[in-house]
Amino acid sequence: MNESAGLSGPPGNDGPPGSAPGTAADEAADEAAEAAETVEAATAGFRAAWTAMLRTGHGAAVRPGVLNPLTARTADLLHRAAREHPFRPELAGQAGALLIDNQFTDPQLLADAVQLIQRQAVPDERGPALSGAFAAGWAAALRERTLREQEAIRLAADTARQEVEKALRVSEARFRALFESAAIGIGLGDTDGNILAVNRALGEIFGGGPEDMTGVRVNDLVHPDDTPGVWEAYEELISGKREYFQFDKPYYRRDGEVVWTHLTVSLIRDDDGAPLYQVAMLEDVTDRYRLQERLRHQATHDPLTGLPNRAAFFERLEKLFEEPEPDVRFGLCYVDLDGFKVVNDSLGHDMGDQLLTVVARRLENALSPLGHMVARLGGDEFVVLLENCRGEQEAVAAAKTVLAALTKPVVIGDHRLAVGASVGVLERRIATTTPGAAVRAADLTLYRAKEAGRGRWTLFDPKENARAVSRYAVSVRMPAALDRGEFFIDYQPMVDLASGAMTGVEALVRWRHPQLGVLGPEEFVGVAEETGLIMPLGRWVLEQACEQAADWVARFGDRAPKLSVNLAVRQARNAGLVGDVERTLRSTGLDPSMLQLEITESTVVGPEDEALKALHALVDMGVSLSVDDFGTGWSNLAYLRDLPVSNLKIAGSFVGDLHDPAKDTHLGWRIVSGLVSLAHTLGLSVTAEGVESRADAERLRLMGCDLAQGWHFGRPARPAEIARRIAEADLEAAPDPEFGYES
Amino acid sequence: MARPNWVPAGTDLDKPNAARVYDYYLGGSHNFEVDRQMARKAIELWPDLPKIMRANRAFLRRATQFAAEEGISRFLDIGSGIPTFGAVHEVAREYQPGARVVYIDMDPVAVAHSRLILADDPLSQVVDADLRNTDDLLARPEVEELLAPGEPVAVILNAVLHFVTDADDPAKILAKLREALPSGSILILSHASLEGRPDQAGSHQSLYRSTPTPLTMRSREQITAFFEGYDLVEPGVVYLPEWRPDDAESVGPHPERMTGMAGVGRLS
Ligand SMILES: C[S@@+](CC[C@H](N)C(=O)[O-])C[C@H]1O[C@@H](n2cnc3c(N)ncnc32)[C@H](O)[C@@H]1O
Repeated sequence: MNESAGLSGPPGNDGPPGSAPGTAADEAADEAAEAAETVEAATAGFRAAWTAMLRTGHGAAVRPGVLNPLTARTADLLHRAAREHPFRPELAGQAGALLIDNQFTDPQLLADAVQLIQRQAVPDERGPALSGAFAAGWAAALRERTLREQEAIRLAADTARQEVEKALRVSEARFRALFESAAIGIGLGDTDGNILAVNRALGEIFGGGPEDMTGVRVNDLVHPDDTPGVWEAYEELISGKREYFQFDKPYYRRDGEVVWTHLTVSLIRDDDGAPLYQVAMLEDVTDRYRLQERLRHQATHDPLTGLPNRAAFFERLEKLFEEPEPDVRFGLCYVDLDGFKVVNDSLGHDMGDQLLTVVARRLENALSPLGHMVARLGGDEFVVLLENCRGEQEAVAAAKTVLAALTKPVVIGDHRLAVGASVGVLERRIATTTPGAAVRAADLTLYRAKEAGRGRWTLFDPKENARAVSRYAVSVRMPAALDRGEFFIDYQPMVDLASGAMTGVEALVRWRHPQLGVLGPEEFVGVAEETGLIMPLGRWVLEQACEQAADWVARFGDRAPKLSVNLAVRQARNAGLVGDVERTLRSTGLDPSMLQLEITESTVVGPEDEALKALHALVDMGVSLSVDDFGTGWSNLAYLRDLPVSNLKIAGSFVGDLHDPAKDTHLGWRIVSGLVSLAHTLGLSVTAEGVESRADAERLRLMGCDLAQGWHFGRPARPAEIARRIAEADLEAAPDPEFGYES
Repeated sequence: MARPNWVPAGTDLDKPNAARVYDYYLGGSHNFEVDRQMARKAIELWPDLPKIMRANRAFLRRATQFAAEEGISRFLDIGSGIPTFGAVHEVAREYQPGARVVYIDMDPVAVAHSRLILADDPLSQVVDADLRNTDDLLARPEVEELLAPGEPVAVILNAVLHFVTDADDPAKILAKLREALPSGSILILSHASLEGRPDQAGSHQSLYRSTPTPLTMRSREQITAFFEGYDLVEPGVVYLPEWRPDDAESVGPHPERMTGMAGVGRLS
C-alpha cells in the first residue's frame, strides 16, 4: 500500500491492484519498494517495543512457552490490521482479546498498548479505528473474563459451602448420635441455670424421658445430702471463675427415690471468652454408692445386733481425742452381762444370740435418746460412750440406766431369762488420758464391779486401777518384755516460753503390751521399780534416747532439742549409774550438755546421802539435773539447796488443778507463781508440766516461767514427728522461704 | 491454632481471604467485594503491592521452571491459592510434559475452585489440608504417593509461611516436611519480609488481622533459617526480582521495594 497514493484520492477510487498502466506501475513499484523498506523498519521497531511491553509487569509471570508465541501472534494481528486491505479492524480486536486471555488485565497495559499502536505509521485514516478496535476487543474480552471468573468463584464458593454444610451435617449427625446414644447422661444448660437439652440417658437417670427435663432449672436439683461446696463450685462455674468441677451428687428421681451420680460440669465460653453454656455429664453410681454404704455399714456395725461395732466405737473415741478443748470430759460405761455364758451353754448359741439382740435393742432404746453411743465390743460386752460429759454423776446415771434397762426378764419363746449386768464407769477430762488407757481402765473397773458382786456399777479409781494393772499380768510379763522388744520411746516437746521454740524433749517409755495395748510409764514403772527390772529398762531407755538425740544433733546441729530422761530412785542410788551414763554418752557421741536427767524429790534424803555424790559426778561431767514432779513429794527445801540441780519441773497437777471447778483457781495460780519465784530465788529455771491451753501458757510466760510442756505444745510423739517439727520450725524461722525449702 | 480434623472449616464469605485478595492484586476477578475492599485499602497505603505480588508470581514461575529444568517432575504446592493463569503444572509441563502436581490449600473456596478447574487433569490433584497440621497433611494418600521414595520432589511454600505465626512453630513444620522428602528434593520458598520497606510492615500486618490468616513478616535471617538442612542454590535468599532474573533489566532499579524474599534449596 502506498501512503501518497492513498492520500491522492478517496480510498474507493483506487484502481484494482495490478491493473495500473506500465510506467505508472513501475514508478509505483519503486515507491512501493522504498516504502516497504521504511514500513519494514517501522514494523521492526513496533515489534520490539511491543515485546518489551509484554515482558514487563504481568508478563514476567508468564512462561516463555506462552509469552513468546503470544507476543508474535498479537504483533502479527496488529500488523495485519494496520496494513492489510481491506482494513479489518477485528484483527486488532482479536489481539486485545488474546492479551486478556493471558491475563494481561492491567488497565495500564491498555494505555501503553494504545500508545504504541497510535505511534505506528498506518496507511489511510485507519489509525484511530485501529486502536479503537484493539481497545474494544480488549475490553469486551475483559468483561467476558470478569464475568466468567465471577461465576467460577461463586460456583467454587457455593460448592465449598455445600461441602462444608455436608460435612457439618455429617459431624452434627455424628455428635447427635453420640449425644443421643451415650450411656452417660449429658445435659446442656445456659448460665442462668435453664436446662436446654438433655439426652436419653440423663432422662433415665431421673426416671423419665428427656422431655421431662424441659423447664427444669439447675437450681431445682438441690438435695439435702449435697456435698458441701458443690453449689459454690457451681456458682463459680457459671460466673466464669472456674472451667469445670466434679462431685458425687445425689438427686431426687421423679419417683422420689434418690439416685447418686458422679457429676462433671464444664463451662463453654463464646468467642470473646464470656460464659455461654454449661455442660453436665452424669454417671449413675447409685449401685456403687449403695455398695460402698453397705460395706461401710458392715465394717462399722455388728451384724447380729446392728449396733456400732468395736471399730466404730474406737473411731469415735479417737475422734474425741483428736483436738480436745482443755476442759472437755467424757465418760465410758463398760458393760458385761452377768450369767450370759450359762444361757449360751445351756440353751444354745441361738438362744444366746437372740438374748444379745434384745439386750442391744434395750440399751439402744434407753441410752440413744440421751445422746450416748452404745456399741457392742464383742461377746456379751457392750460399751456406752458419753461425749461432753458433765461430770461423774452423769456417767453414773448412765450406768444406772443400763442396769434399769435390763431388770425386766427377757422373754424368748418359752423362756423368761433374767439378765443382769455389771458396769465399770470411768469419767475423766479428755486431756488427762488416752483412748487405750481409758478403755483399759474402764474394763478393769468392770472387773472390780464383777468381783464386788453382780448387778452393780463401780466407779474408776486410779489407785485401784494401778493395782489392778500390776496384778493384771504386768509384773509377770515384764521381765521378758524387754527381750521381746515390747518397749519403745516417745518424745514430748518442751518449749521455751519466751521464744516459743521447742528446745527440749522428754523421753517417755511405753510398753506395747500384747493384751493390754500400749501402757504409759505411770502404769508399769512402779512395778518395774519393785521388781528391780527398772535397772535394765532404765539403761535401755538411756541408750535408746541418747542415740536418738545424737541423731538429731547430726541432722539438725544446734537446732536439735536437748534430751531429758527420767531417772528412777533406784537407778539414782545405784553405784553403776555414773559409769552407765559416761559409757552411753561416749558410745552414742552425744554431748553431755545435751542431756538432762530428771530425778524425783525422794531421790536424795539427806546431806550424807551416797546418791548425792553420784549426782555431783554427773554434773561435773556436764550433764544437767532437774527435779521432776516438784511439789508433790515431801520436799525438804533445805536439801534442795544442796542438790546440784539446775531446773525444777512443777508437777502437772498444779496446772491441771487450775481447771478443776471444785478448786480455787485464784489460789492455784498463786501456788504456781510461788513455786516459780522460789525456783528463781534458788537460781533454778522452771518447767511447767501439763499445760493444755494457750491462755495458761501465756499466763505462765508472764509469770516468768521458763519452759513448759503439755498437750498445748504437743503430745508425746514418735521420733519422726519430732524431726518433722524441727524441720518445720526451721522453715518458719527462715528469712526467705525460697531458701528455706532447699534444706 | 489449627482446627482439629473432624471439625469442618467454615467458608466465611463475610471476611476477606488471603487467596482471593491475592487474586485481586494479580488482576483476577476470582474475588468478592470484601476482598476487594481490603485490597484497595492496602494498595492505597502501599501502591507497590500489585507489583510485589506479580514479582512473587514471577518468582514462582522462574523457580518452577528451574526445578523442571533440573529434571523434577513431581510438585507439592502448599498454599497454592486460586490457580490463576500460569499455575505450577502449566509451567512445569513446558519442560516435563508428564509433571504431576498436588495442590494443597486450607481455604475451602480455593480448594473447590482448584477442583473445578483441574477436574479434567489426571496428573493434578487438589487436597484440602492445613500446613500447620503437618502430620495430617503428610498422611493424605495423594501426598504420600507423591512423596514416595525414588524420585525427588519440589515442595513449594510460596507466599504461605508468613501466614504461619511463630506460635505455630514454622521451624518444626519445615523439619517435618524435610524428613518426609526423598533425597535430591528441592524447596521453593517465598515470604513477606520486613526488609526493604520496614515503614510499611506494621500497617500491612494489621490489615491481615481481619482475615482468617494473620500475617507475620520476617527478616532475611529468619527466612534463611527456614532452609536449614538444604543447600541454597545461587543466588541464595534474595529480593523476589533478584532470584535468577530472565535478563538483567527485568530486576529493575529497586528490587528491595519488592519486599518479599525468596530462595530455592536442594536437599543434600
Ligand atoms: C498469597 S496465597 C499464595 C498462593 C500461591 N502459593 C502463590 O504464591 O502464588 C496464600 C495461600 O496460602 C493459603 N494458606 C494460608 N495458610 C495456610 C495453611 N496453614 N495451610 C494451607 N494453606 C494456607 C491461603 O489460603 C492462600 O490461598
